[in-house]
Amino acid sequence: MSDSTPTETFEKRTISMRVHNRPGVLSRVAQIFARRGFNIDSLVVSRGHSRDFSRMTITCQGDPKVFEQIIKQLYKLVDTTHAAEHVKAKAVERELALFKIQVDEKARTEIFQIIDVFKGRTVDISDTTVAVEVTGDSGKINAFENLIKDRLMEMVRSGKLVLARGEELT
Amino acid sequence: MPMTGADVVIESFRRHDVEYVFGLPGGAVMPIFDSIFDSKIKLVLTRHEQGATHMADGYARATGKPGVVLVTSGPGATNTVTGLLTAHMDSAPMIVISGQQITPMLGKDAFQEADIFGITIPVVKHSYLVKDSNDLPRVMREAFHLCNTGRPGPILIDIPKDVASGECTASFPENISDCLPGYENPGMCDIDDIYKAVDLIHQSKKPLLYVGQGARISRSGPILLEFARKLNAPVTTTLLGKGAFPETDDLSVGMLGMHGTAYANKTVVDCDLIFSVGARWDDRITGKLSEFCPNATKIHLDIDPAEQGKIIQPDVSLVGDATNILSELIKHVHPLETGDWLKQIQSWKKKFPLKYNRKGGLKAQHVLDAFYELTEGKAIVTTDVGQHQMWAAQFYRTSLNHQWITSGGAGTMGFGLPSAIGAQFGCPDEPVWTVVGDGGFQMTFMELATAFIHKLPIKVLIINNAYLGMVRQWQELFFDNRYSGVDLVGNPDFVKLSESFGCKGFRIKRPGDVRRILQQAIDYNDGPCVIDACVEKEDNVFPMIPAGAAISEMIVEKPTHKLAKPTGST
Repeated sequence: MSDSTPTETFEKRTISMRVHNRPGVLSRVAQIFARRGFNIDSLVVSRGHSRDFSRMTITCQGDPKVFEQIIKQLYKLVDTTHAAEHVKAKAVERELALFKIQVDEKARTEIFQIIDVFKGRTVDISDTTVAVEVTGDSGKINAFENLIKDRLMEMVRSGKLVLARGEELT
Repeated sequence: MPMTGADVVIESFRRHDVEYVFGLPGGAVMPIFDSIFDSKIKLVLTRHEQGATHMADGYARATGKPGVVLVTSGPGATNTVTGLLTAHMDSAPMIVISGQQITPMLGKDAFQEADIFGITIPVVKHSYLVKDSNDLPRVMREAFHLCNTGRPGPILIDIPKDVASGECTASFPENISDCLPGYENPGMCDIDDIYKAVDLIHQSKKPLLYVGQGARISRSGPILLEFARKLNAPVTTTLLGKGAFPETDDLSVGMLGMHGTAYANKTVVDCDLIFSVGARWDDRITGKLSEFCPNATKIHLDIDPAEQGKIIQPDVSLVGDATNILSELIKHVHPLETGDWLKQIQSWKKKFPLKYNRKGGLKAQHVLDAFYELTEGKAIVTTDVGQHQMWAAQFYRTSLNHQWITSGGAGTMGFGLPSAIGAQFGCPDEPVWTVVGDGGFQMTFMELATAFIHKLPIKVLIINNAYLGMVRQWQELFFDNRYSGVDLVGNPDFVKLSESFGCKGFRIKRPGDVRRILQQAIDYNDGPCVIDACVEKEDNVFPMIPAGAAISEMIVEKPTHKLAKPTGST
């Protein structure tokens, strides 16, 4: 989403934020990443349990030395009430993806078997295509994509959502 | 009669004891200019919106109160961007209110429409685009709270014309914290961090207090002096920290950094503990980071948690207000054995004093040295940016918290004159001088008209070398004397120029004139005056640490050999 592509590949990090629902907050957040050369891989914004606040889940990659500074700058925004990194062991991660797959008579059975294994849901079907909804962690979605990639016509992914485990708040 | 949005803006000014509003009108802001007409708030009409922002900034830094700017939409608003950056980089409290096209026209490229909210996001502490008149009481209340608490900074409020003229039935919120759930300010750090810091301080034999703008904002002067004296620790101030600790005190080593004193920088290189009080380890200070105090323990006090670990990783972080933290720390520390260390520093002071050649033509340093003496170090001094700024910082030894006003982080040329105007409005009974270069002065000199109309007795001291001197110095030292774009041939006659505004003009040409002419300027109190000091054209600021070099590579006087190009940015 940022216009610079990192020359090195860095580990992906996940940040969750709770922000006051005020105009411009998304611009402010995006600017903090862009200025410091961070690539945003996915960004999910939605209302939280209170209408006054929004949740943001951001996956990004960039120089690890700058990462701590990014969290601090995000937290410093007047509208931010919470900004923290989430590591997989302590949080539940989910992503939803929709795939449109090219199918013919011969391939249909095989594709349905794969969908079944991944507990996917068929959401649309035509003579030549099938659309599937898959949820899970990012690894599972990548694996599904990999298996059907020769027949893949289109894919959209929601981006990652996280929820802290146990009593801890996200 | 119900209040309009514009009335709410003016009412909020009244509630926050705003004395002056600096600005320039235009179509989209007319309802607010209309509301201010009947109020007791004094409107200062400037000649350019950038001037308005620097005036508000100078006012804010001289008084500690927020400076307020009122401009129109489009170019009126974009002309404030430099002023916003300047205030943002130096943590000055400021509120800029811009008029805007009416809400139904937003995003339609209407006349004088600029997305100033979007344009300014990176240079404000916070900002608003107000789309409902009933939001204005809350927005104004928040803005005044935000700009001058925690780490101060500028706030932009963009108000469409229909919002300003629309009716407002909402009232001002009572409780500010309900409005700003994401905004909190650490007043005091963790007591455990205090104990950790005390431990480190007690282990030090060669301590150094490194004091910046944060100490000034927190008005830490008295407790800082007490703290330094209790520890027997030397103190260095940054360019913006000047005023937080008396530079005339024996414990002061003056300013550090790129053009700091040699003895300050030698103290930095050799210290075993460096304790930053409200400074941010800027690249002008540290030079090459990997060689900056590698063996010293580092303590970092700052109210902004995002400054911790941004440049250096401190051994102890103290997050909170400088005065509060120093007041607690002082209870726990005992005096240090620093006799040998202070003796060492004393010998550096003797061996490497600030100096200049008094022979030959007129030297800028001579003018500034005499200026310091004749004003007894008591003037409020604002500066522009460049060689004159560094010489003024070296030779004007400050002792008052609010007396040194300069654009440090942004390095904004054109800051000097308007910030002096703002400072004089804020401190009408104090002498206010601005030291400017001939280059920067020409960026905002039209504000002489503003100073003249209000009969402000400010003194403008132009260090005129007919060059963009700092760039010329770099070209001489690092670029084989290839003077590219620095010769200010075509400068006006600054005395005549000043007289055309109705201001008094003086000129200093010879070393023998310096004291006499400066005294005449001091005695002139019938409005602003301008002193054109025609100094030697090709003089250099030393000491100097080339950008990106280690502090130990400091150049104390003009080198005889060619220097490598600096690796640092500017």
